[in-house]
Amino acid sequence: MKDFIIPTSIQDDRDMGTPARTGAPVTLTIDGFSVTVPEGTSVMRAAAEMGTQIPKLCASDNMEAFGSCRLCVVEIEGRRGTPASCTTPVAEGMAVNTQSAKVKKIRKGVMELYISDHPLDCLTCSANGDCELQDMAGAVGLRDQRYEPGRNHYDPTGTGTLAQGDARARDTTSDLGNPEFIPADLSNPYFSYDPSKCIVCSRCVRACEEVQGTFALTIEGRGFESRVSAGMTGDDFMSSDCVSCGACVQACPTATLQEKSIIELGTPQRSVITTCAYCGVGCSFKAELNGDELVRMVPYKHGKANRGHSCVKGRFAYGYANHKDRILNPMIRDRVDEPWKEVSWDEALTFAADRMRGLQQKYGKNSVGVITSSRCTNEETYLVQKLTRAVFGNNNTDTCARVCHSPTGYGLGQTFGTSAGTQDFDSVEDTDVIILIGANPTDAHPVFASRMKKRLRAGAKIIVIDPRKIDLVRSAHVEASHHLPLRPGTNVAVVSALAHVIVTEGLMDQDFIRERCDWDEFGEYVEFIGDPRHSPEATEMLTGVPAADLRAAARQFATGGNGAIYYGLGVTEHSQGSTTVIAIANLAMLTGNVGRRGVGVNPLRGQNNVQGSCDMGSFPHELPGYRHVKNKEVRDIYEEVWGVQIDSEPGLRIPNMLDAAVEGTFKGLYCQGEDILQSDPDTKHVAAGLAAMECVIVHDLFLNETANYAHVFLPGSTFLEKDGTFTNAERRINRVREVMKPLNGYADWEVTQLLANAMGANWTYTHPTQIMDEIALTTPSFAGVSYDVLEEQGSVQWPCNEANPEGTPLMHVDGFVRGKGRFIVTEYVATEEKAGPRFPLLLTTGRILSQYNVGAQTRRTDNSLWHDQDLLEIHPHDAELRGLKDGEWVKLASRAGETTLRAKVSERMSPGVVYTTFHHPDTQANVITTDFSDWATNCPEYKVTAVQVSHSNGPSDWQEEYNAQAAQARRILPAAE
Amino acid sequence: MQPDKLISMANQIAIYFKTQPGTNQAVHVADHINDFWEPSMRARLAAHAAEGGAGLSPLALEAAEFLRIPAQ
Repeated sequence: MKDFIIPTSIQDDRDMGTPARTGAPVTLTIDGFSVTVPEGTSVMRAAAEMGTQIPKLCASDNMEAFGSCRLCVVEIEGRRGTPASCTTPVAEGMAVNTQSAKVKKIRKGVMELYISDHPLDCLTCSANGDCELQDMAGAVGLRDQRYEPGRNHYDPTGTGTLAQGDARARDTTSDLGNPEFIPADLSNPYFSYDPSKCIVCSRCVRACEEVQGTFALTIEGRGFESRVSAGMTGDDFMSSDCVSCGACVQACPTATLQEKSIIELGTPQRSVITTCAYCGVGCSFKAELNGDELVRMVPYKHGKANRGHSCVKGRFAYGYANHKDRILNPMIRDRVDEPWKEVSWDEALTFAADRMRGLQQKYGKNSVGVITSSRCTNEETYLVQKLTRAVFGNNNTDTCARVCHSPTGYGLGQTFGTSAGTQDFDSVEDTDVIILIGANPTDAHPVFASRMKKRLRAGAKIIVIDPRKIDLVRSAHVEASHHLPLRPGTNVAVVSALAHVIVTEGLMDQDFIRERCDWDEFGEYVEFIGDPRHSPEATEMLTGVPAADLRAAARQFATGGNGAIYYGLGVTEHSQGSTTVIAIANLAMLTGNVGRRGVGVNPLRGQNNVQGSCDMGSFPHELPGYRHVKNKEVRDIYEEVWGVQIDSEPGLRIPNMLDAAVEGTFKGLYCQGEDILQSDPDTKHVAAGLAAMECVIVHDLFLNETANYAHVFLPGSTFLEKDGTFTNAERRINRVREVMKPLNGYADWEVTQLLANAMGANWTYTHPTQIMDEIALTTPSFAGVSYDVLEEQGSVQWPCNEANPEGTPLMHVDGFVRGKGRFIVTEYVATEEKAGPRFPLLLTTGRILSQYNVGAQTRRTDNSLWHDQDLLEIHPHDAELRGLKDGEWVKLASRAGETTLRAKVSERMSPGVVYTTFHHPDTQANVITTDFSDWATNCPEYKVTAVQVSHSNGPSDWQEEYNAQAAQARRILPAAE
Repeated sequence: MQPDKLISMANQIAIYFKTQPGTNQAVHVADHINDFWEPSMRARLAAHAAEGGAGLSPLALEAAEFLRIPAQ
């Protein structure tokens, strides 16, 4: 007897037909073999678990059974007819026959009908070798088809029409022979839709609904007229609501929905499992190749973060890796007004090392520093912070997490005792009420947003706290139970008002608080938060949130079952960013929503390795594992391993580095994988800081904006070209695997090692696994992590050590990391950035679905077809007051600077609030943002800038000057013969 | 670093700790600055405080007494 209670192994990539279930064991026999599976499992899946693939076309294990293709019929002893195995659940003692003469005859008949309306151009079809229809025709033994050819495809007699693959079909002057012929929809840059190949299995429609949750597709028409339709009549895929996630393409069993890269390059012959380099969800992908040519990226079904789903960025936007703008040779120059000169690696590294050492000799050892990258691997980040601590001899290391989630580290560290989210992504499946504050996951974390929407469709509630009507306020089959459209900058007041309602109405979880939290501190907190000044009624004028709505939302969160809080940069990028994180932690403790599935505090990290870069000691006050440099016992660990003395004082943060540079005391910077000139606030100040430095080393894929002020350019490698690990928003350490060799010759960790050695170090790493071993040796929360463990388990969530050898999906289960949870008073303090007569509107900035951060990667792909410029979203009322129309050029001005961009009039905005993205250097949205920052961490206040919007004729003087300077700075001398 | 920015940052920290229950908030302000500010920034702030601390809030000024200034 075989026991298949435990589902598939990690390497098993088969489609099991229907989703896994988790019920009590049920034993049945299939074709005489006994098999035990969980109650609720389909007969089809039970058969697959024991190794028998029942023929199927409309079923797939990432969506519910549909029962339409009739190919999977079976016979069951004692039951009449031939039920579909995909829709028939197992039963104790059931005896199934999957290969009776009767079902074989039915399958062959069904298959014959399918084939009768399908082109038989298999040899030239793009799905040749990867076509389930072809496979099933073989599986059922179809050898003939007796029906008239269908009306929508090639007819060998010449009286029908042509398949898309037929050369004659591409000749627009020829008679296609049939007015019912529908040309392929090629509007999407990444995939095509060819109706002639569609078998109307509805897998694409169901994937769009069940997996992605967009509901962009439907089946239009009846019988032979049935067609997949995107959007409304007249829409094509590009103009429809389709978000190009690729779920439909992945689901399609034929070449109907097909990646254009497959059509162009052919079927891939090998694959490597790796991790996406875009957002903090950290999706696992199979990179599929021919030789070293990447053909497509397919979401890996056993990826624990994405569970087989993807978004338009990870699935399709990898073309930047081979973009013509990539710089593959090192370059140097004495001054930034000179053109670049291509040199050998040796010359570039010697030049860089000599300059940095010279600066330290001239201005002191603290005059140089590094910025680590949240886009690079843990191993690379670890080496860069080691470079500054062990080779430069200071703690001047910071990371772009400074400008996004540094308040998360501070706030959760203070309240819970650790600087990370509490849950895994799977946890959302047990959530009853979600508070979503300052995050827009459908754009910034789309794969997790799909899981969130799935849970909402199953009945969970969502409370959205955001000045904008984001998609999760209202979209297909999703409607927030409450939308609290707060005024930017009032997060603390709103979250405290929620807590006030819960405390004053007696809705808190006293048992949890008594057992898990410090009771004295809770007493002080209750006294504070119960004060009437925190009531929704008292704060309504300030926050703009109607008191009744806020009260109702608080009651729902406190009484609605498992409550989880998800948040993003709309929380952290404020002058009170850390205080809001603390307020969120208070709210979770107050309602007992910590330490089990379905609850928790969940920061949604912006970039792929924000969590990892923070874990790896990138901050200037912390060594890896969030241990302060002042602690001798921690420094001792590194001093022993590295053989150098570690500075016991914190170093400079990014804004401090720039201030010190302007002042003349900070002179040299090694910046790996970040573009601070475009991404950091107050662009003019950043430019002034960079211009004042005497050695800026940019290590990147492209000549980014920061490189305009660089003296050394070290070519970087893409995530496809190196080994390592990324750590996603759920603390999950995922392997990044070398898919192809680095085009520049070196992975980024090798370049850092070469620079360190050029400066006198003697590092001898030969593979990133040795770096991970050193991380594990020195960092308690990573003590159990190794590449071997990652190979065995697929991924692990830290802490992973002797106490938690398989990692820690949920934090604070039996107690908080710091012992007792700590309630902290959160008084609202208004930002110093005030709207007034000159600047009456408030600007917030953020991201959209198709672009990523500064756009360095996505702008160099066809994703720009969705978003080729930054737009200023403005409420119709504010636009009308200023006489502005949709699409017009507008000037956006703040105290810091001004720029121009086109207006997008949108009711998504609240009156008085405008919004733009920062994806395009032509716009430079950060010339507008100010240097106000979070009180605890200096995280910039991107989300509140007082601005005015007015008519404009085109680019500002600053933009024109900037573009001219950038063009000058990017000149490269022709290579010497 | 420019004193204006250091003053502003110190005052922000002081505003936060001023709202916290308990005593010795000046020590908490100083602890935060000692933990997160680079020594030369602390030295500049302390020097400014020693010259009267124009622009510093009373709590930030009081906290300056507890700043740790490493020997050069």
